[in-house]
Amino acid sequence: MVMNKHYPSSDLPTLPASEVTPESIYTNWQADRRQFLARSTQLAVGVGLGGLITPRSSHAALDNLQPLTTTKSPWSTDEKPTDYDKVTTYNNFYEFGTDKSDPQKTAKNFNPTSWTLAIDGMVEKPFTLDLDQIRKFAPLEERIYRMRCVEGWSMVIPWVGFSLAKLIDRAKPMGSAKYVAFTSLADAKQMPALGDKVLQWPYVEGLRLDEAKNPLTLMAVGLYGKTLPGQNGAPLRLVVPWKYGFKGIKSIVRISFTDAEPPSSWNRYAAREYGFYSNVNPTVDHPRWSQATERRIGEFSRRKTLMFNGYGDQVASLYTGMDLAKYF
Amino acid sequence: MAWIKTINYRKVILFLVLLLPFLALFFKDFGANPIEYLIRYTGDWGYRILLLTLAVTPLRRLTGWHKLAQYRRMIGLFGFAYIALHLFIYIAVDQGFAWDEIVKAIIKRPFITFGMAGFVIMIPLAITSWNRMIKWMGGRNWQRLHRAVYVAIFAGAVHYYMMAKADKFEPLVYGGILAVLLLMRLVPLPNLVDKFKRKA
Repeated sequence: MVMNKHYPSSDLPTLPASEVTPESIYTNWQADRRQFLARSTQLAVGVGLGGLITPRSSHAALDNLQPLTTTKSPWSTDEKPTDYDKVTTYNNFYEFGTDKSDPQKTAKNFNPTSWTLAIDGMVEKPFTLDLDQIRKFAPLEERIYRMRCVEGWSMVIPWVGFSLAKLIDRAKPMGSAKYVAFTSLADAKQMPALGDKVLQWPYVEGLRLDEAKNPLTLMAVGLYGKTLPGQNGAPLRLVVPWKYGFKGIKSIVRISFTDAEPPSSWNRYAAREYGFYSNVNPTVDHPRWSQATERRIGEFSRRKTLMFNGYGDQVASLYTGMDLAKYF
Repeated sequence: MAWIKTINYRKVILFLVLLLPFLALFFKDFGANPIEYLIRYTGDWGYRILLLTLAVTPLRRLTGWHKLAQYRRMIGLFGFAYIALHLFIYIAVDQGFAWDEIVKAIIKRPFITFGMAGFVIMIPLAITSWNRMIKWMGGRNWQRLHRAVYVAIFAGAVHYYMMAKADKFEPLVYGGILAVLLLMRLVPLPNLVDKFKRKA
């Protein structure tokens, strides 16, 4: 702390309590300053060296991933999956850095061997699962889904997982439960960018209960037949294929049932830009760009974005009578 | 071989240095979204080089090295060229010349409006950058016109800030550098080289 240790306590100059900077502000400010200096250095070095020289991005160490046994799913698309290299090197996972090439580097050692998922809130049977129980909770299916990012790009990803509905059935939500709230891990020791405070941590997301129970809504524990790499949200994440990608919260530690609409990190950051629903909708633009088209990673020309990302047959009925421009 | 003596080697070196970011592209991995990568890369370098043009005047004053002014045109034209490439990749490659979409974006999306305005402002500056133009326009008029570069770079700074999704760190750092370079024009700057010599 700032006070001089050599004063006997009675000789300490006294300050009125109102003038003492609360410790939280002081330490926050110090942490911010350190973070600022560190990032400035990174930026300077990045411009000088990385900006010109760094030739190839390092690929994450993925050999510690375990193979998973899966069955095929009728919900899979027959479109060509995006290359594994691209799925695992182009990631928005801000806890590991805000550049899409950051997580592959900073999350390569994020390979949790112990994990606890808590299911609680307005349920008759709250329970917890460890990593092994999560992966064995239900028979694993391969689900090849389209993924449309709010930024205007898309991929096709062969996920491995099971319907969230199966977890919900076991928890037996009470009649009063109307929403499901999800929380990510926020552990500064493992997640180097938490200090940047770009978003408020932990990352949180939410779904209406009927959206959560839709059979398309997936708890993913793997992709391309193996356990999830750190940068894709190990050890388990949400996948809601008819919504923008950021709804697919990663590295989940808690699933809680509530009667009020839960907060969502991006909505809390900019409510005008990111709605609670965030259904893929080519007719409702993001305030800063059009959502009418998207670039499929690996393709040259843009393609037209489909309503509900092409999953309208399964999910359009969830929103009957709703003004989707208002509830975007 | 008398012509060799007329080559300004410093200018040749500067030309090559400013070309380096472009040449570096041939050795780079563009990642999963190469078009986005190229747009950001050319925009970043255009912005950095344009900031460099604004550093010339303060550096002249601080060092008394007035010859620096003769390098500013090349720096400015390179900045313009990187930004032109940035815009071309957006129009031709990203949007595939979908002019209706592009016009809509310029009107509806403020960050694109600012970027486009910055570029348009730079066009007459690039066109009037050669010596005969300066003579034809008269030094004073020419200088007045070229002050528009402040507006252009400011528009670029706003464009970059508004484009950033949530992490505004880099736009703010570059914005801070821009602010310092502009403020240095408003205060008298000491000639540090002279001071140092006098002391020694």
